[in-house]
Amino acid sequence: MRTYGTVTAVNDVTFDVRRGETFAFLGPNGAGKTTTIKMLTTVLQPTSGTLELDGLNPVSQATEVRKRFGVVFQDPSLDSELTAWENIDIHGVLYHVPRKVRHERGETLLKLFELWDRRKDLVKTFSGGMRRRLEIARGLLHTPQVLFLDEPTQGLDPQSRNQMWTIVKNLNQTEGVTVFLTTHYMDEADRVADRIAIIDHGKIVATGSSAELKQQTGTDSLEAAFLKLTGTSIREEEFSAQDRIRQISRVWRR
Amino acid sequence: MNVVYVLWLREVKKYLRSRAQIIASIGQPLMYLAVLGFGLGPIFRKAGQGSYLQFMAPGVIGMTVLFTAMFSGIAMLWDRQFGFLKETLVAPVPRVQVMLGRTLGGATVAVIQGTIIFVVTLIVGFRPASVLAVVIAFLLIALIAIVFAALATAIGSSIKEMQGFQMVMNFLVMPLWFLSGALYPLAGLPFALAVLTRVDPLTYGIDGVRGTMIGATHFGVGFDVLVLLAVGVLFVIAGAWRFSKIEV
Repeated sequence: MRTYGTVTAVNDVTFDVRRGETFAFLGPNGAGKTTTIKMLTTVLQPTSGTLELDGLNPVSQATEVRKRFGVVFQDPSLDSELTAWENIDIHGVLYHVPRKVRHERGETLLKLFELWDRRKDLVKTFSGGMRRRLEIARGLLHTPQVLFLDEPTQGLDPQSRNQMWTIVKNLNQTEGVTVFLTTHYMDEADRVADRIAIIDHGKIVATGSSAELKQQTGTDSLEAAFLKLTGTSIREEEFSAQDRIRQISRVWRR
Repeated sequence: MNVVYVLWLREVKKYLRSRAQIIASIGQPLMYLAVLGFGLGPIFRKAGQGSYLQFMAPGVIGMTVLFTAMFSGIAMLWDRQFGFLKETLVAPVPRVQVMLGRTLGGATVAVIQGTIIFVVTLIVGFRPASVLAVVIAFLLIALIAIVFAALATAIGSSIKEMQGFQMVMNFLVMPLWFLSGALYPLAGLPFALAVLTRVDPLTYGIDGVRGTMIGATHFGVGFDVLVLLAVGVLFVIAGAWRFSKIEV
């Protein structure tokens, strides 16, 4: 459970993710997806309840837990005033990746994500798709056991989305990385996720494979199952100070 | 390469790549030097206080260091909202190392800015006592930079909105600057103003710089250094504590 003052962001959220699987965590806006990811990635502490990642407690064993995951946040977390390589390099230092490994794996990942030729360019010159790819490459640099992807394809064109999921799925299969993702694109979840949990109003309302959710709701698509489980009314999110600053930033960038 | 170094280097690289910031930051000190330095110079001289430019140049350098160091807090707010802070918060390193890297980076940038303004003051006629005096003065300037960069980190860790930092600028940074004795001598002040100047850490910084550069000190350079060290330790601890509590 996590509350912000009198507002309960998540409550009664219980699920487990198996090692090596791709797990989609779906829900309408404001359902509690990002809050859950923030708690799992040690950025927020739960108000009550317990969390466990690879047998460790993210609250009391935060440093050990942090070594085990990579994360791509919903909002960008790159330093746009640095080059792609500098972002990768700083990440490697922060995760104690030895220099030689840092350089070798950094090169491999940037080539995999087709960013090697742009490694010396400032990130602020990158497109949205390139930034997302760089964030994922960076998140994988320290060979995490779990990769959290919070709406990683938001704002990307279909080509970039397709390429990104292909690479992520490939990493999941070849390196055994457990992937925990959120997305609003049901087709993506249907395509890449082994299992899916649907959260609404801060509570888990269903868990299972895509086929199981369709069967459970008597629908023929994941989107229809999602709508049946969460309703069709549009959710209103609180317009936060962060949103206001993001808006100002967008105006400045123009 | 350790965490503190790499985060320090990040701050310095970003600054050196931002020509606009470098040029813009010269504007205000230059205005103070030109308008106040030359405008009030004759009155200051008539009052028997000597060259106003000699008197206020250390103050303008101190102002530059104060403003630049405090702006490193804004950079943190920016990182908090748009990116990089989260990357450092989920890294498996003690947050105190992250805080120290950021603070020392912000302090270094402030010292570089102070150096640029020092060169400008030399161009317009400021003459320090000796080269050794300048070297010692810059150790004090570095101390001022660390004190206020740590304060900026503590404040930047505690507020979430840019508007909040505007309030800090108006109600903290400007008073710190005006109460520091950068523009006027500390002797013979009204009691209330004298008390306020003595609770302002920048007062001791500027007094120390002035004492080493031109030999005119109110409290004594040794005392200035002691106060700055004590406040610096306090602010670094406060900054580390506030930074360890950040949630994004």
